[in-house]
Amino acid sequence: MSERGTTSWYGPLDPAPDAGWTEAPPRKGFFTDTSICIGCKACEVACKEWNAVPEDGLLMLGSSYDNTGALGASTWRHVAFIEQPKALGPQEAGFAGTAAGPPGSDVLNRTADSALTGDRTALGTDSSRLEVGPAGLGAVDLGMPSMTLPGSVDGAQRTDFRWLMASDVCKHCTHAGCLDVCPTGALFRTEFGTVVVQDDICNGCGYCVPACPFGVIDRRAGEKGVTKNAGIAQKCTLCYDRLGDGLQPACAKACPTTSIQFGDLDELRERAEKRVEQMHAQGIPSARLYGEDPCDGVGGVGAFFLLLDEPEVYGLPPDPVVTTRDLPAMWKKAALAAATMLAGAVAVFVGGGS
Amino acid sequence: MAECHPVGFQWVMEAKARGAKVIHIDPRFTRTSAVSDVHVPLRAGSDIAFLGGIVKYILDNELYFREYVTAYTNAATLISEDYQDTENLDGLFSGYDAATGTYDTSSWAYEGHDGGESRRGAVDGAGATGDGEHEAEERERAAGQELGNRGANLEHSEVERDESLQHPRCVLQVLKRHYARYTPEVVEEVCGVPKELFLQVCEAVTVNSGRERTTAWVYSVGWTQHSVGVQYIRGSAIIQLLLGNMGRPGGGIMALRGHASIQGSTDIPTLYNILPGYLPMPRAEHASLRDYLGSIGSPGQKGFWTQAPAYTTSLLKAWFGDAATAENDYGFGWLPRINGNHGTYQTVMDMLDDKVEGYFLLGQNPAVGSAHGRMQRMGMSHLKWLVVRDLQLIESATFWKDAPEIATGELRTKDIETEVFFFPAATHVEKEGTFTQTQRMLQWREKAVSPPGDARSELHFFFHMGRMLRERYEGSTLERDQGLLSMTWDYLEPGESEEPSADLVLREVNGCHLAGDEAGRPLSTFVEMKDDGTTSGGCWIYTGVYANGINQAARRTSWREQGGPWLAREWGWAWPANRRILYNRASADPEGKPWSERKALVWWDEEAGRWTGHDVPDFPVTKAPSYRPPEGASGPDGLAGDDPFIMQADGKGWLFAPSGLLDGPLPAHYEPHESPVRNPLYSQQSNPTRLNFRRKDNLSNPPVTEPGNDVFPYVFTTYRLTEHHTAGGMSRWVPYLSELQPEFFCEVSPELARERGLENLGWATIVTARTAVEARVLVTDRVVPLDIAGTVVHQIGLPYHWGVGSDAYVSGDSANDLFALSLDPNVLIQECKAATCDIQPGRRPTGPDLLRFVEEYRSRAGVTVETGNALLTLPEATA
Repeated sequence: MSERGTTSWYGPLDPAPDAGWTEAPPRKGFFTDTSICIGCKACEVACKEWNAVPEDGLLMLGSSYDNTGALGASTWRHVAFIEQPKALGPQEAGFAGTAAGPPGSDVLNRTADSALTGDRTALGTDSSRLEVGPAGLGAVDLGMPSMTLPGSVDGAQRTDFRWLMASDVCKHCTHAGCLDVCPTGALFRTEFGTVVVQDDICNGCGYCVPACPFGVIDRRAGEKGVTKNAGIAQKCTLCYDRLGDGLQPACAKACPTTSIQFGDLDELRERAEKRVEQMHAQGIPSARLYGEDPCDGVGGVGAFFLLLDEPEVYGLPPDPVVTTRDLPAMWKKAALAAATMLAGAVAVFVGGGS
Repeated sequence: MAECHPVGFQWVMEAKARGAKVIHIDPRFTRTSAVSDVHVPLRAGSDIAFLGGIVKYILDNELYFREYVTAYTNAATLISEDYQDTENLDGLFSGYDAATGTYDTSSWAYEGHDGGESRRGAVDGAGATGDGEHEAEERERAAGQELGNRGANLEHSEVERDESLQHPRCVLQVLKRHYARYTPEVVEEVCGVPKELFLQVCEAVTVNSGRERTTAWVYSVGWTQHSVGVQYIRGSAIIQLLLGNMGRPGGGIMALRGHASIQGSTDIPTLYNILPGYLPMPRAEHASLRDYLGSIGSPGQKGFWTQAPAYTTSLLKAWFGDAATAENDYGFGWLPRINGNHGTYQTVMDMLDDKVEGYFLLGQNPAVGSAHGRMQRMGMSHLKWLVVRDLQLIESATFWKDAPEIATGELRTKDIETEVFFFPAATHVEKEGTFTQTQRMLQWREKAVSPPGDARSELHFFFHMGRMLRERYEGSTLERDQGLLSMTWDYLEPGESEEPSADLVLREVNGCHLAGDEAGRPLSTFVEMKDDGTTSGGCWIYTGVYANGINQAARRTSWREQGGPWLAREWGWAWPANRRILYNRASADPEGKPWSERKALVWWDEEAGRWTGHDVPDFPVTKAPSYRPPEGASGPDGLAGDDPFIMQADGKGWLFAPSGLLDGPLPAHYEPHESPVRNPLYSQQSNPTRLNFRRKDNLSNPPVTEPGNDVFPYVFTTYRLTEHHTAGGMSRWVPYLSELQPEFFCEVSPELARERGLENLGWATIVTARTAVEARVLVTDRVVPLDIAGTVVHQIGLPYHWGVGSDAYVSGDSANDLFALSLDPNVLIQECKAATCDIQPGRRPTGPDLLRFVEEYRSRAGVTVETGNALLTLPEATA
């Protein structure tokens, strides 16, 4: 373990005791091994079933098999599907030697991205504004030269291909910006080291939404009295109620390939490091862990990942920093400034009186 | 497999983590491909060429497991001199009759066997007629299906063999000649699979087979739903026998079923042509039990099918109890008979011809899930009554008000006289019972919650319907009513009046002793079954599931408590006799020693004088490896100590099928009924024995051999997505699943998108001679165009979960509406994994305009009732 942070605002620490829990159980978390995710979305469904999260839109997004879009107030697990004209280690995609032309993935990914951006609001994913289609998109220019026989242009054939799948979730940061800024105490640190919203206390102020460096927490869109918890900040609770009963979270329980693993964070980290070594030995040097480092900008996360490429590929920030990291320094400076001003003012009065 | 069987796929991922190489052969790059080591994109409908290429690779490089092949397969057996191969007849086997479109299979017999006699068995064996009438009749009742388990008959088990495998008419040499033209270059030409990639697969499969290693093949309806579906499976069976991968751990051929208990619904069948345990359904000409039994197997053949009299008598005793006596043939006369094809598609046509009054649909949604949806819906509109038992008001229950044909004006609600009765059904967690999965394992399930409202179990429905029918007929002295009145119908636990006990049903299925000291004791194994009425049993292969009066299917001993993870014999119960791997005698060499320590499964214990091992030996347990039956011995006694395939009539694995199949003793590549490609291997274009229906409402797109085929230039295939289940009855009504895949879409390559101007997320209209459907477009690199002999073939992928209706949470056009009916002759399965179509950008016309739109296509392609129906496509001179 590297040096400990000087305050509980930054650096490595065990969050539950730090939050005042005595005799807290070992910190719990997720290790999501995306290398064995098969994109079945059982985690999304199990999460919604257990937590009674409402269905939030019957929209086809045209973004590979992802019709969920992103994490949000009504999506606490989200499986990303990434199609790219790149090789995945020694995997043989089987396209070499076929009549395939140049790849379309990059253009398709851009159009899918543009369909998603700009439509997420502070009130969650507004389905009505997500309407996408040919009218909104315009023709998809696949960027290919016209040709009679696909693949007849030398060097234009696509050969490499990979389809990455990854189930994203709230990271349950060691230093959780959402929790730090919550004025009502609706967000709290549990004895398991996780971060949970109490929907009956949240007043929907929305401070937590921009405070999350991952863009996870959101307020639920919908009409009050119609949609459950409309306007209330919502996110993964790591199934706090199940943990209390000694059960594992619904998503981990439902995952058929053990891509989502639940357990004591220390043990999960050890397991994950072995798995990375194994992946490297299998010829996938790009395999890496994401969020497991207690010295990163959020003090390490409780739900970390094994990724097969840079985090950006999966839509994850490469170097997340807790938005409240600089608060102590800022307060210090503000206090100093205030004291200086006060001293100045006193000096003025004292001086003026002379 | 990851797409449709994500839960089972965990074991593939587990195997991969332990170092197994996973190869995925599929037209599209799917969720399975994403985590496989190798993906092989091939043209839908070309798999036999691919498999045949592997067979040739094995034979050419002498990579077959020689000792295994010589001892355990019919490689050494000589074939009749009359046999002529596709090599000689340009794509036909000997015996083809163009008038009936069927084969006289007698020339495919073993040397010294009369194929006609053996095929017919003792009763109707009046000799081969050679006019194809008999074969046409066999196709009509899907005779191949009856052989699903029992294997085909042989008159006797004496065969001529050449152990050196050199005789020109021995099976191995026949095989060599048959597959001589399936070169890597031909595979590339037919399948669009680059030669290097194909050879990579060949090498992986052969390197991973032998004494120390085994390879498994896993398939699903991507193989079966073709006009040559059965021969696809035969292709992999030949490979597995050549490589010694049958009856051994880590080997085998796994059929992944579409539902939790589809295996169970063939074991205890919902099929018209078989009785429980794969006994054939009696036919009209079977006047007596003796007649019937004579048709099952010849007493002179080897193996356990000679015990069919015991299995059948016990079945009749289970059904009719004390009313079944030797004097009345154990009630055999009360069983219904079949006299032709009563398969699902024939039944629909009979509905259209007003020959069918009523129809029960239980968990099936043919308006969406069956091929040629329009014919299904039109057929149902001719019924007098229709009973739908399902979880939701599926499209088959509401077609009378919201079918696509209402929109086009072909049907009017007020004209439809079908009275629809909807019964809400209990789900699998709302009732007790068993599932039988692909490993033949029965797993008992407890009821978790009571069904809501009026929903009831199937058992409840049938029990009470039977009870009420019997009450209606009570006192009747008419002979025809005696079967119904004589049935044992006591499935209520004492004090219960509503819900029958699935446990009592399972006990009946298991069977028990009826006489002597042991009367009432459950049977432990089917070997105890007698043909004299002193035992009962509702499905002989399931006997033992209630051995010792204990529900063995309910066992839940973790593998951790069973000394190891790989057989776990005390988890559930697998038929037959709790064997986890069938034909496991083949896991040991002819002397009874395991082929290797690493792959040891069962072996001969010389000291104890019996077979032993990790699994229940699938062999007479005290029969020594050196045993040789006396001349004339038959049945189980006729098995030699090294005849591992104990259900086969000669005890050997059949590389060459001398009887039982209606479309050839060896798989040959035929193009799908609708194909844009001329068969590069033979002049014969498609399966010459496929069952077509020349009807105005079943028009075909012109195949490449006929003019107008360029109107439908693309190949399409259908499949499932993880997010939905089959025709959607269990998923399109569930908001959480519907939002994951809300709309019907087509998957196309960027190349095809450009060729046809399709926009990602835009609309496309897919057209065949049957109809046109609209789908959202998903352009993806996961679909690649293939180079088929210099022509680019584009493939379109269509998930088939959506249907047009008014009750589901999400709906859409149905991919299955696009298909014509062309069936495999052996089992009458429809070809719906490869057909041709056109695709155009934009939405389809609606209302009557849709009919005009499709009619325009038909006339442009010159489609008539005869289109695509010429079974024989050989040049005159050859034919």
